[in-house]
Amino acid sequence: MNSETLNTLDSYSKNKYKYGFVTDIDNEKPKKGLNEDTIKFISLKKNEPDWMLEWRLKAFSKWKTMKEPKWANLNFPQIDYQDIYYYSAPKGFEKKPKDLSEVDPKLIETYNKLGIPLEEQKVLAGVAVDVVFDSVSVATTYKGELEKLGIIFCSIGEAIQKHPDLIKKYLGSVIPAGDHSFSALNSAVFTDGSFVYIPEGVKCPMELSTYFRINAENTGQFERTLIIADKGSYVSYLEGCTAPKRDDNQLHAANVELIALEDAEIKYSTVQNWYPGDEDGKGGIYNFVTKRGLCAGKNSKISWTQVETGSAITWKYPSCILKGDNSIGEFYSVAITNNFQQADTGTKMTHIGKNTKSKIISKGISLGKSQNTYRGEVSFLRKADKARNYTQCDSLLVGNKCGAHTVPYIDSKNNTAVIEHEASTSKINEDQLYYCRQRGLSHEEAVSLIVNGFCKQVLQELPMEFAVEAQKLVSISLEGSVG
Amino acid sequence: MFLEIKDLSVKIENKNILKGLNLNINKGEVHAIMGPNGCGKSTLANVLAGKEDYEILNGKINFKNNDLFDLNIEERAQEGMFLAFQYPVEIPGVNITPFLHSAINSKRKRMNEEEIDNLSFAKLLKSKASDLGINIDMLKRSVNTGFSGGEKKRYEILQMSILNPDLAILDETDSGLDIDALKIVTNGVNKLKTKDNSFLIITHYQKLLDYIKPDYVHVMVNGSIVKSGGSEIAAEIEKDGFQKFQ
Repeated sequence: MNSETLNTLDSYSKNKYKYGFVTDIDNEKPKKGLNEDTIKFISLKKNEPDWMLEWRLKAFSKWKTMKEPKWANLNFPQIDYQDIYYYSAPKGFEKKPKDLSEVDPKLIETYNKLGIPLEEQKVLAGVAVDVVFDSVSVATTYKGELEKLGIIFCSIGEAIQKHPDLIKKYLGSVIPAGDHSFSALNSAVFTDGSFVYIPEGVKCPMELSTYFRINAENTGQFERTLIIADKGSYVSYLEGCTAPKRDDNQLHAANVELIALEDAEIKYSTVQNWYPGDEDGKGGIYNFVTKRGLCAGKNSKISWTQVETGSAITWKYPSCILKGDNSIGEFYSVAITNNFQQADTGTKMTHIGKNTKSKIISKGISLGKSQNTYRGEVSFLRKADKARNYTQCDSLLVGNKCGAHTVPYIDSKNNTAVIEHEASTSKINEDQLYYCRQRGLSHEEAVSLIVNGFCKQVLQELPMEFAVEAQKLVSISLEGSVG
Repeated sequence: MFLEIKDLSVKIENKNILKGLNLNINKGEVHAIMGPNGCGKSTLANVLAGKEDYEILNGKINFKNNDLFDLNIEERAQEGMFLAFQYPVEIPGVNITPFLHSAINSKRKRMNEEEIDNLSFAKLLKSKASDLGINIDMLKRSVNTGFSGGEKKRYEILQMSILNPDLAILDETDSGLDIDALKIVTNGVNKLKTKDNSFLIITHYQKLLDYIKPDYVHVMVNGSIVKSGGSEIAAEIEKDGFQKFQ
């Protein structure tokens, strides 16, 4: 985070209340539950045009006919969709911690360890409002500069108002509303998210980043992000969820769509650290996320990098549809599960065009009593001549009560396809621990060092300032789990 | 007394390895332990370092006025004990710089010394590496990963010179080294020697002792020390082997 952002944050945090009013305009909540009225309420609150409401209602009618996908290696009670608020703008701070003394000390400790300064700590712990400011401030700070280049970087709500043509053309074009029940749900009730458009030939000169733009407990659940890179453009986008949310099993079903046209490249990085639940498996986020990128044009490239350390349940498969000839899809993933966390994550690479290439590097680390599954599907369609895939899945087990699973599917309809797959599962090596400790490192430091080494191949794909943060996060996620 | 091992008996997996071993080392002394394969030399090194696979049946070890058994592996290391491993393990993805930097700072913390910052540490590492003829490029690689046998041993000595231990245990450091590498390694040890630190050198060849002059040589057979003396013993072993001590 740059100093400008910090200053902005700082000034906002001192005026917490003032900013609270901005969102305070919508201080109503619809009744609990999901029905057409809820959706109309959301659309009305967001002042949306009629076509958007219709789009939502269509998605909703699809959702009603659908069932949740059940094939993942996950165990959780049935979600009661009628027991959830689908829209909730902050009503001031009645329900939120008034000051740090009301916040779980473990949470504060986490921030201290992350090296986030006090001002920001107040921001993050003292209420997500300021985190909203964080992402807004990035946008406002550089908006002028970006606009000069023709780059649009704003909330999806603003884009619906100001850029309806782009929204109509691309929203739902990669993830159709009816793809599965979570995408239908998101399409019906999404409340916020980011919109990025990079015009032809423009290399975005800075990392675009969203850092918790959504504040109150229940509004963060259904975010929607849409990124379009026009011909020959480039953008690197960071999605930071490094602040855990203090929620009971809360549903989070985001949709992220990326579109790369001819010769364009999108690099999308995520550090996901939603609240994972406590040591006994109580609480935590149910994270059902659909992320999909379309390499629409020739020579386009989409690269997903994710560090998944949070959430009670992670169900997430950032995918690439390699439609343009010579297009490239990449997926780099570190997934760490501890205590009772469950992660079923991986990717889908669909090779449609000729000479398309994909690369998958997945590192799963399981600790405590957690279950960690890599699930990947690589498919080559009939016309994908000379397409290639390289997959490497490594699992590391710490302790003997956790599980690591690898479920790769390969489907080739073209016999010129080249597929390489490597997989390994190992336990953390006692000799390595002994060696590190003999040099004076504690057991925990040694584990953290070895695990970070194990993940290095993925972590080095992250943009610089994120990488450091991610490393710290990896270390923190391991704590209290060894011995 | 600096290090005092009294009547030490140790077993592993129902096998008695050390049987009533006694050894005293004072500050500033270099001791060599020689013995045939399987006599318990490496077990002694690992018991001193605190490896947890062993069952201590009897005996006491005092190190710098601590009961050694009260300290875990890292505490012993932080107190100034260093083991140069016979087979240094590879740690993929972990670079030597942060690794050793954390190591030296955990030691400093225990000694209530100020931590060393990134820049000073990088300088220290570079200068020690060049002293030992270690290429800077090697410092960019992961710990021991893909190193040759000789490189690994040199790397151990580099770590030793950075951590500057009070007691350095060299477990068969000479094994697998050609004569040039042996010279570099022993030269590194000799440079580090002061009147305040001590060395325990474990070997079964006399060759190493041509380059590092021990004050005492001990012959270890079947889990205990059967003879102690000066460097003349090493010559005796070189000539007649271990047979006559058994």
